[in-house]
Amino acid sequence: MHGLDRGAAKPPPYQYAAIAAVTHLARPNGTRFRMTAHIHGWLLLLPAAVLLVTFTHYPAVATIIDSFFSTPRGQQTAAFVGLDNYQAMLDDPVFWRALGNNIVYTASVVPLTVALALLMAIWINGKISGRPFLRMSFFTPTVLPMIAVANIWLFFYSPGYGLIDQVFGLFGFTTHNWLGNEHTALACLIVVAIWKDAGFFMIFYLAALQQMSPQLAEAAALEGASRWYFFRRVTFPLLAPTTLFVLINAIINSFRLIDHIVVMTRGGPDNTTALLLFYIYEVGFKFWDTAYAATLTVVLLALLAVLAIGQFVFLDRRIHYQ
Amino acid sequence: MNPVHQASPLAAALETAGAWVLALLWVLPLTYALWAAIHPSAYSAHFVLTAPLTVENFVKAWNAAPFARYFLNTFLLVTMILAAQLVLCTLAAYAFARFDFYGRDIVFLLVLLQLMIMPDVLIIENYRTMGALGVVDTIPAIGLPYMASAFGIFLLRQTFKTVPRELDEAARVEGAGPLQVLLKVYVPLARPIYIAYGLVSVSYHWNNFLWPLIITNSVSTRPLTVGLQIFASSDQGIDWSVITAATLMTSAPLLISFLLFQRQFVQSFMRAGIR
Repeated sequence: MHGLDRGAAKPPPYQYAAIAAVTHLARPNGTRFRMTAHIHGWLLLLPAAVLLVTFTHYPAVATIIDSFFSTPRGQQTAAFVGLDNYQAMLDDPVFWRALGNNIVYTASVVPLTVALALLMAIWINGKISGRPFLRMSFFTPTVLPMIAVANIWLFFYSPGYGLIDQVFGLFGFTTHNWLGNEHTALACLIVVAIWKDAGFFMIFYLAALQQMSPQLAEAAALEGASRWYFFRRVTFPLLAPTTLFVLINAIINSFRLIDHIVVMTRGGPDNTTALLLFYIYEVGFKFWDTAYAATLTVVLLALLAVLAIGQFVFLDRRIHYQ
Repeated sequence: MNPVHQASPLAAALETAGAWVLALLWVLPLTYALWAAIHPSAYSAHFVLTAPLTVENFVKAWNAAPFARYFLNTFLLVTMILAAQLVLCTLAAYAFARFDFYGRDIVFLLVLLQLMIMPDVLIIENYRTMGALGVVDTIPAIGLPYMASAFGIFLLRQTFKTVPRELDEAARVEGAGPLQVLLKVYVPLARPIYIAYGLVSVSYHWNNFLWPLIITNSVSTRPLTVGLQIFASSDQGIDWSVITAATLMTSAPLLISFLLFQRQFVQSFMRAGIR
């Protein structure tokens, strides 16, 4: 049964194609096929969607809602308190401290990690001698748990006894409590984070470098370009999408990974190593002030959202999710 | 670096030296830990070649905490997460790659959101949810937030999209339903990606710490990382030799398999990294 009146005058030939398309769409069989695509698609997606909504989208929204309520304690249920939690946060010196620490930490860890990762990748991609050893030593920290890494470095830093103090001792320096000192503790953690992650991000650069055409280098050599010039004008610009990807992931890691802080300093001394997520963890699971912890989480989510939007705007032109 | 650029021999030598110094710095912490673990405590910070070797530190560590149980817990956890991820991500990726359903693009963006806002930062609300579900202090509770992995969905979707439509249609003509096509055509073709994703997932969850620390509080659920931390922070008289032995022991399975299958590891991580 076609949707056209058979008694009508014959349409001019150029309309045939259009009519064919319309009648094809209107065929019950065609409609059913399209319907099943919708149903199959959603059925396939459903299990993952349920878990994603439950453990990512719902908690993100609930965090925001909870930040406007008080923490339920005992018989007392949560009451709407408006912006009280935010006011408390603005007046909380530890929050500012943690946020400041996190900014210093991110601003140090990210550029150093990315620069080292690029350097490592260029070395390993080249013809340097001992490449297998280099690759192994750079990448090994990646497969270790951060918690193990932190324990090893804790030993490294231990005053008087650890390797660092022993080396310094050879030069006549006195023992130094690296992690117990307000001025050095955060730097010590920064070193650990760089050591752990540089080899991981090296992999992304290595993958990108291996996809680059060797003819580029040959052409540049014919033109007499120096290696530094070639790197600056060809390699580095071509690696820009990788750099952006690595940068964003390194920034996320600097807000997400606090295992080493739990092991090495517990935020001390005097909160000089408390990062934002560590403070959230303390407020939420030591002081059990869940509403205030949710308020702090909102700040963290806002920072990550800014990052997400930034990436979206930046990457949209370069990487096509096709 | 490339074959054609000829740097001066001196510069090349300096560069090689730089790379080696960095590499040695990079292995130093681990070698140091290994030294402390296989020598008696008296030698843990005293480096002489005649220091006697011992396995006693490992024995002490093994007996001081229920590490066998922790190993079992981590093994169960990692297996459970990987199995769930493989099934869930495969189905979802197939939907995104080959089905034209209502709201596909917006839903895909919502999935990608998890790449930014990972479960690691939603600890407060997820703990509450686990409480409501009555699963606090169970192994599935450690894994649940990670099972629908945006990274896995994204990776597999990219792979499935490269499968030629003709293969898909040929299978359908022969009467295969959507699930059969998935299992017979798509999954076998994506094998290298599955291996890559599996390695990345296993090393991530073997090493994960904060969420397991929060959600577990008994020996029968704690994974290795949490067990190690409790062991190391409780009063061991700060015997570094024993602590480093325990540290190496908990990392050993991943570390040893990495050292044995280095090339595959690096290749897999690279494959997972290219998008």
